[in-house]
Amino acid sequence: MAKPELKLVSTGEDSDASVTAPTQGEMPFALVQGEPVTQLPRDLYIPPQALEVFLEAFEGPLDLLLYLIRRQNLDILDIPLADITKQYMNYIELMQELQLELAGEYMLMAATLAEIKSRMLLPRSGDVISEEADPRADLVRRLQEYERFKQAAESIDQLPREERDTWPASAETDFRRPQSSLPQVALQEMILAFREVVSRAAMFQHHHVQRERLSVRARMTDVLAAVEGGAFLDFMKLFKPEEGRMGVTVTFVAILELMREGLLEIVQTEPYGPLHVRAAQGPHLRLVEGEPSESTTEAIDSTEADQSSEQEKDS
Amino acid sequence: MSDHHIRNVIEASLLAAGKPMSIVEIGELFDEDGRPDKALIQSSLEALANEYEDRGIELRETASGWRIQIRQSYAREVSRLWPERPQKYSRALLETLALIAYRQPITRAEIESVRGVAVNPNIVKTLMEREWIRVVGHRDVPGHPELLGTTRSFLDYFGLRTIDELPPLAEIKQMVDLNPQLTLPVSDANEGSLEPDAITESGEDNERT
Repeated sequence: MAKPELKLVSTGEDSDASVTAPTQGEMPFALVQGEPVTQLPRDLYIPPQALEVFLEAFEGPLDLLLYLIRRQNLDILDIPLADITKQYMNYIELMQELQLELAGEYMLMAATLAEIKSRMLLPRSGDVISEEADPRADLVRRLQEYERFKQAAESIDQLPREERDTWPASAETDFRRPQSSLPQVALQEMILAFREVVSRAAMFQHHHVQRERLSVRARMTDVLAAVEGGAFLDFMKLFKPEEGRMGVTVTFVAILELMREGLLEIVQTEPYGPLHVRAAQGPHLRLVEGEPSESTTEAIDSTEADQSSEQEKDS
Repeated sequence: MSDHHIRNVIEASLLAAGKPMSIVEIGELFDEDGRPDKALIQSSLEALANEYEDRGIELRETASGWRIQIRQSYAREVSRLWPERPQKYSRALLETLALIAYRQPITRAEIESVRGVAVNPNIVKTLMEREWIRVVGHRDVPGHPELLGTTRSFLDYFGLRTIDELPPLAEIKQMVDLNPQLTLPVSDANEGSLEPDAITESGEDNERT
């Protein structure tokens, strides 16, 4: 453990190492903080014992960058590029000296920092400045976005969850219900059932005030969510007639697409009987009557099928 | 049928099921003649939940329906029933899960672009095996990458009824003006008081131009 510690100190200020000029010294940018920042804060290094698990400790270069910014108690919006780059390069060097396997992303970030830094150092003529975007803008945007989800991950971890904070309560029962297998269903039956839903939906047409973009993809997730758990669900229950013709069409297309992908299973116990849907179990089951029609497939291929495009298919 | 009977049937069924049951599923347990309507089942569930107020168990609604579960305040003691400690999820896994939950449907590439690091296939595999995420479709771009979304089991596991109950995402701060002073030193670049030598290690010549 002593060895890496010595290296830490030696690589702090003396630049003897690499072609990428790891010690950047002072930069115009450093003056922005009100005083020239020439000295590297000494507390910025992770403890030597942590270095060996460096790659595990930091989930990628953005993570490391955020850490460095945090340690300086700075707002992301205010990246002190000179310092951060310097520290970042020191980390990279340390990783090399400890012969840790370097992830490509870390090197890429180092290159990005170097690029931003060199852009900022280049003199710019006055009229260009206003038009040229701050080279750090993209990095800041990425850092902010990443931080949001870092926080979101923490709050998800805080949620009371099964197996840690709660457990489902249950009591013993002796009886078990035998499972009966149900026959498959023909496409016509689905279309008949769908027609019924559409006609019911027609009664709600006048309730439409606001047009809403409906996504087949999103609806597919909803349908899958509805059948989660493996229990059979009434086909009709998947539709919300109050959504109108458009809504139920999107749902129907979503169901067809899910069947095509073998994610849904539809059964009917008797001719003209009610249809039941559940998440596919085991081997994929398909419609008896083959693939859905061409127009259906087209509708699905547009990821965000909006109302107008849906209307075309509908008519 | 008395309210008392209905309540007991619900309690017994939820315990027998050992998993969440929807109001419809509960309703179907009753004989067709004399089946309580949804409002009655709802109010019975709420009454039952009130009865459990001072108990070690509670009745909670999650995505899949209602379930009887251990009250969180007794988790510390109850967890000692099992010698192994509850699984702790890595930051990488939780971040991946968060992205899928808040940004679904989402591709692996989109997750990578936010996290700045490749998606660990083992994490996706774990999340799939836990049935927290699933492939909900394919993006209509070259390669047809898989779109990932969360499942109802995910909501159940974290005690949520809908995805909207997730904690809200932090706001993005606007980057108005990063550093207005930035332009100042550039205009005086040849006065030598600044540090152009810091740019390159062999920059002594540039300094005096």
